Amino acid sequence: MAATTTLEEPTRRDFLYIATAAVGIVGAGAAVWPLISQMSPDASTLAAGSVEVDISGIAVGQILTVKWRGKPIFVSHRTPEEIAAVRAVPMNELKDPATDQSRVEKPEWLVVIGICTHLGCVPLGNEGPYHGFFCPCHGSVYDPSGRIRQGPAPANLVVPPYKFVSDAKISIG
Amino acid sequence: MTLASKFAAGAGAAFFGALALTFAVSATSVRAEDKPAAAGEAAAEAHPHPHRQPWSFAGPFGKFDRAQLQRGYQVYKEVCSACHSMRLVAFRDLEENSGPAFSESQVKALAATFKVKDGPNEAGEMFERPGRPSDAFPSPFPNPQAARAALGAIPPDMSVLAKARDLHSGFPGFVIDAFTQYQEGGPDYIYALLNGYTKPDDPNFNAIFPGQHIAMPPPLSDGLVDYTDGAPKTTPQYAKDVTAFLMWAAEPKLEARKSLGFAVIIYLAVFAGLLYTIKKRLWAKVPH
Amino acid sequence: MSGESTYVPKNAVAKWFESRLPVLGLAHSSFVVFPNPRNLNYWWTFGGILAFLLVSQIITGVVLAMHYTPESTLAFDSVERIMRDVNFGWLMRYWHANGASMFFIGLYVHILRGMYYGSYKAPREVLWLLGFIIYLLSMATAFMGYVLPWGQMSFWGATVITSLFSAIPVVGDAITTWLWGGYSVDNATLNRFFALHYLLPFMIVGVVGLHIWALHVPGSNNPIGIEPKSAKDTLPFHPYFTVKDGFALTLFLIFYAWFVFYIPNYLGHADNYIEANPLVTPPHIVPEWYYLPFYAILRSVPSKLGGFLAMFGAVLIVAVLPWLDSSKVKSAVYRPLFRIFFWIFVVDAVLLGYIGSQPPEGGAVIAGRLLTAYYFIHFLVILPLLSRFEPTRPLPASISDAVLGDSAKAEPALASH
Repeated sequence: MAATTTLEEPTRRDFLYIATAAVGIVGAGAAVWPLISQMSPDASTLAAGSVEVDISGIAVGQILTVKWRGKPIFVSHRTPEEIAAVRAVPMNELKDPATDQSRVEKPEWLVVIGICTHLGCVPLGNEGPYHGFFCPCHGSVYDPSGRIRQGPAPANLVVPPYKFVSDAKISIG
Repeated sequence: MTLASKFAAGAGAAFFGALALTFAVSATSVRAEDKPAAAGEAAAEAHPHPHRQPWSFAGPFGKFDRAQLQRGYQVYKEVCSACHSMRLVAFRDLEENSGPAFSESQVKALAATFKVKDGPNEAGEMFERPGRPSDAFPSPFPNPQAARAALGAIPPDMSVLAKARDLHSGFPGFVIDAFTQYQEGGPDYIYALLNGYTKPDDPNFNAIFPGQHIAMPPPLSDGLVDYTDGAPKTTPQYAKDVTAFLMWAAEPKLEARKSLGFAVIIYLAVFAGLLYTIKKRLWAKVPH
Repeated sequence: MSGESTYVPKNAVAKWFESRLPVLGLAHSSFVVFPNPRNLNYWWTFGGILAFLLVSQIITGVVLAMHYTPESTLAFDSVERIMRDVNFGWLMRYWHANGASMFFIGLYVHILRGMYYGSYKAPREVLWLLGFIIYLLSMATAFMGYVLPWGQMSFWGATVITSLFSAIPVVGDAITTWLWGGYSVDNATLNRFFALHYLLPFMIVGVVGLHIWALHVPGSNNPIGIEPKSAKDTLPFHPYFTVKDGFALTLFLIFYAWFVFYIPNYLGHADNYIEANPLVTPPHIVPEWYYLPFYAILRSVPSKLGGFLAMFGAVLIVAVLPWLDSSKVKSAVYRPLFRIFFWIFVVDAVLLGYIGSQPPEGGAVIAGRLLTAYYFIHFLVILPLLSRFEPTRPLPASISDAVLGDSAKAEPALASH
């Protein structure tokens, strides 16, 4: 075909064609963005409010699980022995070094997101060799400060943003 | 170029020329209509058919008037919300820059003035707490039946009310509306209805409402809502402000839509121009 | 004509792949070197525009389905959540809702172009029938899509249209109950309509594939209606028609964008922003504009079964057009009487549409009946008579003769580009 040969001629690649192709590609790219963006959390999800938790009923040694943004939050009322134990651990023994002091607002209260940092299972409380948390999926072991001590998980349990509204109440988020 | 292609090109040019022209006309017509509007209010009694109002959000560059939306919210809160729900709108929406643009602390404060049902708590009971920005507007009645029992009729939800009402332009008006971008039939209807109580001795007579008998007695009266920004405390002003607020509630993305539309159309026009040049160049070599 | 592949893979990977699945060669022969008559005008760009719109509807539809809830108590609210909270949700919904109207604008232009230039005639009858099936599937898809927002028009439109089937003698009520999955339009109906609304577009894609296949056997018809006789009569699809179609598509998108961004609710109905209420019918029920001519025909027959038959008859009669019009001359350019009757038919259909949008009172009823009668007369009387007795104008010897000779310059506007 006569016309197909014109495709290979240098005139075919002049500025006009390149400009048009560039404009077309930019437009197509811009049109794709809303299609990608629509899958990220919507405005109502982003605005999902904070949760207030009454902690006055949690006895020493007990863990309360509450839901925040669809995830379990562990509120652990730790015993003095547990606090002493986790604060005595030397940093070089930890896979993801962090002091217990940096992970809590008040020594007796540990608040962490109850999602194993390995692959997202929910660990069991007051379980495992350190009597902290134990993930049944792949055997990750956390201490009572929520720090990873054994198993495949790469990092400590995450501390969510929270603050004490009063001695008996915390606000998460 | 054959005669036919000249004709086609001419028709195409005329069409898009007309589009561009109406773009300009509908952008300026908003200002032009400002004057007759005042006269229109006085004439409302004589003409039961609703007049078109010069809304700030009309036309290709239409934007909401922040102060008007804030006043409109005040009217909704102090008057309408006693009976009308607005369950699809959340307090946080009031913070939007393309809306009333209340500040974060203002929204927190005004949300807290509403009681929101929540629960169940640890004891398994539902409880009431002050509203938070993430909550939707609570409804004044738990269900439509309760509203009817209390009021004798079901007040419509106000979330999309401004889009759920319309004016019918008939032929050829509806064709012209496509070019002038008239999309304000709902607000025009609501504004006219709020000013349509023309028989002082009959609170259920409304000149605009279909059938002229409306269950809602006149909701607005001069001085009813205490504006703090110096706007006139009159029924027409309240009606205009709350109608604008309802339009925003129904179409909160209006400003984003119109500004994105302008960019899209400019882009497409440039791209079409480039393609047309290429097309002409290509086809110039072959008779067709 | 269907283009023996001249495609030669350039690199080793393409060569390896091509010898196992010659899909690149197929694309090359169908959309690169495919010979199109050189005299196609802009009315022939709507096939490409429709293909684009179909893909665009499917993409935005899949996106909307990620956020929509097909449950009768949640559907309305979920659509509003899309409009308010989902990132660009308002754009997706308005693009999709107006896209349905744009698709029908494209369909009607495409169908009328086929009618004007006789594109349904031999050897393209199967092509026409496949197009007709696409039209039927599109009507079903759009109807069910309009039900999903679960507004008043959704609900009552669904009720009225499904109730049509109750006109069928004996089994009518059973069929309607079966369609509804209950004793009225309700959650079960909404659920199945959602499932089918998602499914049917993919069936349309399948039939479009066949449609293009059937097109590529004889090749495109053209404004003078004479089949290409030599290579001089045609031009390769790329770059001539890709660029021309691209230009036409871009202009069409400007038109589309005008609706989406500035008058997104112009083609809709305000009542559909009121949530469905099975206890209250809106005062004036109208279907979407693209069904209005058929809706007018339905209402013009003062009998339930008669109206049902007339309406479906009006749709189905389009399918047998190749056998009602047996004129050997394809293009209206060479059929002076047919051309006049074609435009009368177009006006008749537009007026039927207007009548369909009006309340069925007084003069509108009489006008509707006359227009309905003419609609059928056009197909059943005028076309068969014309094809027998119409004196046609002499045809040029070939496309290249028409294009290069003086005769082309004297043609009316639609005749050639």
